[in-house]
Parts: sequence; structure tokens; C-alpha cells
Amino acid sequence: METVSAKVAVNGPEPVKSKRFRPRNLFYHLFTAGLAIVMLYPVIWLLISSFKESTSIFSTAHSLVPDPWIWSNYSEGWKGIAGQPFLTFIKNSLIIVVLSTAGAVISSALIAYGFARIPFAGKNFWFACMMLTMMLPHEVVMIPQYILFAKLGWINTFKPIVVPHWFGYPFFIFLMVQFIRTIPVDLDEAAKIDGCGRFGIFFKVILPLITPALATSAIFSFYWRWEDLINPVLYLNSPDLYPVSLALKLFLDSESASNWGAMFAMSVVSLLPVIIIFFIFQKYIVEGISTTGLK
Amino acid sequence: MKFRPKQDNLAGYAFIAPFIAGFLMFTIIPMLASLYLSFTSYDLFSSPQWIGLDNFTEMFTNDEKYWSSVKVTLIYVLAGVPLRLAFALFIAMQLNRASRGVGLYRTLFYLPSILGGSVAVAIMWRNIFGNEGMINALLFFVGIDKQILWYQDPMKALWTLILLAVWQFGSSMLIFLAGLKNIPKDYYEAASVDGANAVQQFFKVTLPLLSPIILFNLVMQTIAAFMTFTPAYIISKGEGGPLDGTLLYSLYLFQKAFSFFQMGYASAMAWVMLLFVALLTFVFFKTSKYWVHYESKGE
Repeated sequence: METVSAKVAVNGPEPVKSKRFRPRNLFYHLFTAGLAIVMLYPVIWLLISSFKESTSIFSTAHSLVPDPWIWSNYSEGWKGIAGQPFLTFIKNSLIIVVLSTAGAVISSALIAYGFARIPFAGKNFWFACMMLTMMLPHEVVMIPQYILFAKLGWINTFKPIVVPHWFGYPFFIFLMVQFIRTIPVDLDEAAKIDGCGRFGIFFKVILPLITPALATSAIFSFYWRWEDLINPVLYLNSPDLYPVSLALKLFLDSESASNWGAMFAMSVVSLLPVIIIFFIFQKYIVEGISTTGLK
Repeated sequence: MKFRPKQDNLAGYAFIAPFIAGFLMFTIIPMLASLYLSFTSYDLFSSPQWIGLDNFTEMFTNDEKYWSSVKVTLIYVLAGVPLRLAFALFIAMQLNRASRGVGLYRTLFYLPSILGGSVAVAIMWRNIFGNEGMINALLFFVGIDKQILWYQDPMKALWTLILLAVWQFGSSMLIFLAGLKNIPKDYYEAASVDGANAVQQFFKVTLPLLSPIILFNLVMQTIAAFMTFTPAYIISKGEGGPLDGTLLYSLYLFQKAFSFFQMGYASAMAWVMLLFVALLTFVFFKTSKYWVHYESKGE
């Protein structure tokens, strides 16, 4: 942007030129905006369909104008399924998401500080282990983990879904290590002279400065836990513990002509927090992906 | 070597202790347990019976469904990942310019990546490709009045999964965009002074300079694609149908473990997958010197 404005300043006396109609630009915008609309059309279709009567969703699938507009799908879906109101599923999702996200971010920050700032024997080995864990297919540990949690009596509780996240999450550790390395060591030294120990430096110097990395990690953790399906499928049996993702599957399993609208409406509801967070924290998300290649 | 700061083992291990504990509890011990189970017959209720290589022999020589799931997964990965990366690169190049609206476009193109892994989107996908879904309705609207039965045909059903994967090209696009911004403008100017046209510039400048990022994306996306579960599970309602057309490897493994309680067999499947993915990653990196361009770091 700076170079652009610099050029404009140099070419100051001829602003008319930049306002001239340029067919190339028009074509570019038509093409790109058109493609964006095609990409998002399914989502728009889902949203619009949630305001149509269940009986007419598919007979009017080509149309983006509900006739008539109705809200009853939302009130119908909000009543829930399997004897549980939809609010229960949202509450369960929030408990899982908040507990695992808080645990993952806090533990990852501590671990990242250890890797980024403290020299110790075997550091490279453990760092390599962590990087390899990122590439490990979950299937390899899924079955023994299930057996372990079954033996501990943790089936049908949130524990197997939440607790593993309290031991650091490799992607987040990596992101934070990268971030801490950009902070000048002089700041640590200054705090040390002021009498801070390792924990003092971590809490007073590092933690405030890595807020963007903490935010990025928290956002991604939120997304991944919110949309997670396989762990709830494995570990939760009773509908009063189901998170939103598993509740939507219940809607799908019981799908009958009368239920389309409610299923679509609750699908929209489940996407709302994701979209809202995306638009508020877009900056962190884009930076996080660009620097580490997070999914 | 330069000056080496004094080691502080106690503090170092104190800070990374949670990682080591988690790594042992949730990665290393389960991995070894899984390796052991792969040589056993185990149904979760009685104790595991050592059966040697029987799981592997059964898998490779006698289980048609296994090979069908391998085939489906390979098609899914080999079609989905390159298409997704090509699309991501194409859009990234479209957006790599100083123009009004680029920020908005980036947001819109990225949005599907954020939504894509959710159950809601899988449900949506299932319904837009339904017999009377949005796609067929639109096809009818433009004059194709023959209904395409997406979920009656194994190959068509698999392609809906591939399209869903390609649709989520946004995060690769962002990584490519960051890479494109790092290519100095002088390179293109020099190339165009030498008379290179846009296509030549793409192959001689953009692609080589971007190749490390492409490698990274290729590895990570391939691993992720092999592990795809949610869309196949939702779209086929956990069955992998029609005719096992969407029975991806991880879905079949899940069925074996948690529908049929063949934990030993499923563990063997998991280890084959791990070895295959590791081998593939190794090949990507080993061959990378032939197709990845690393700029010499004159330090």
C-alpha cells in the first residue's frame, strides 16, 4: 500500500488517469466476484432454505426467495431432538470448547516458552518429537486411547474429549515458539535484572507480547473443538451430553420430510458462532495461517 | 560455535513437562499399544489373542472391502489434493494485486475453509447433491432435465466428497498468497525485460520460487486428506455407501474398530496407514531436490 500511495503522490497532477474506465479491471472484478458468489452459493442456499417450508425446500430448490418466509423451522429446531432442547447441545459444546481451548492455550504457551527461551539438554530431540506428532495420523492412537479412557471409566463424560488438550497442542506450540523468537532477548534480560525469575519473565514479559499468537491458537482451537465429530461419537452415549455436532447428526439420522427445515435451521445456528468469530478476528486467523500453515 | 548460554535443565524440563507427559500418555504408549494390538485378535471384552501376522494377511489377501477402501481413498487424495492446490494457487494469483476489493475477495474465498469441517456443511453438501437438491435444480434450470442421481453411483458419490475437499481451498490460498507477496517485483521486471510472457513468467519465476511452499502444502494436505472422516461419515450416514463408494480408509477403520469391535484388525489398518503416510512424506522430501527450488542463503 505504501508504494501505491507513493506513486500516486509522485503522479499527483494527473488524477484523471486513475479514474479512467478500464475494461481489464471490470473484467477482473466480474470474474472474481462471480467466482466468489459461485463458491458461497451453497451456503446462501442453506441459509435461504432454512426459511422455507419443509415441504417446499426441494420443490423450490432453484429459487432463492422463500414463499412464504417462515421462522417456524427455527422454533421447531430449537425445541431440540431426542428429548433434549437445542440449548443443551450448545451448552455442552461450549463446556467442551472452553475447557479444552483454555487448557490447550495455557499449556502450549508454557511449553513454547521452554522451547524458545531456555537452553537445556535434549531440547532438539523433544522439539523434533513435537513436530512429528503434528504429522501423526490420529487413527494410530485412537484405539488404545479409547481402551485407556474406557478402563479409567471416562466413557460418557467430557473428560476424554477435554483432558488430552491440557498437555500442549503441537501446532499452537510451534506457532508460539515462532512468535517468541521474534521478541528481543534484551527484554528478558532487563526483567531478570529487575529481579524476575523464569516464571516472572514468562508472565510479565512474554505472555503480554504473544497475545496475537494466543488469540490465533484460541480461535483455531475453538473451531476444531466446535466442529469435532469423531471424539463425541466415540465417547458420548447419552443425548444430554451431546455437543452441537453430534446433535446435528441426530437430526440427520431421523430425517423425515417434516424435519428438513429444522435440520437446516439448526445447521445455520451451528455455523453462526464460526462466522461471527471469523469476521471479528479475521486478522489473527489470516496471520496464523500465513505464518504456520495451520489448517 | 558461538557463545553458548548456560544450560538450565531443571527450568527447561519444568516448562516442557506437560508436553512430555502428554506425549508419553497420549502418543508414545498408545502407539506401542496399537502396534502390539495389530498382531492380536481383540474385541475389547476378552483379552487380546496373539495371532501373529494374521491381520495383515487377511487385510492384503482376503478383504475385498479393504482394497475397495484403499482405492476410494487413493482416488480421493490423488484427485482432491492436486485440484485443491491448483485452485488455491490460481485464486491466490488472482488476488495478488493491489486493487480495490482484494481484501473482501480473500475473506469470501477463505470462508468455506472455516466452515468446511463442520457437520452442518456436510449435511448441506448431502442435500445440495440430493436427487432434488440445489445442483439438480440448477441443472434443470439451465435446461438439463435429466436428474443426476449423485448418491446412487459410487463414483459420483465419491466426486461429491472430492468437490467438498476442493471447495475448502482457502487456507492453502492464504499460504500461497503470503508466498507470492515475498517474490520480489524485480524478478518479474527482469523476466519481462528478457521478453518472457505471462506464461513463461509463471513457469520460470512464480512456480520455482513458490515450490518450497507447494511442497509444504502438499505434504500437510495429503496427510490431512488421508485422515478425512467427518464428511464421509455424515454424507453416507456412517455406511460408506453406495456400494462402498465413499468408504474412505479412516471410515472403514472406524467401522472395524467400533461397529465390529475388531480392535486388532483396526490397529493393523492404522499402522499400515501410518507407514504409508510416512513413506509418502519421505518420498516427497527425498525427491524435493529435483523439483523444489531453494534459494541459497548467503549467510
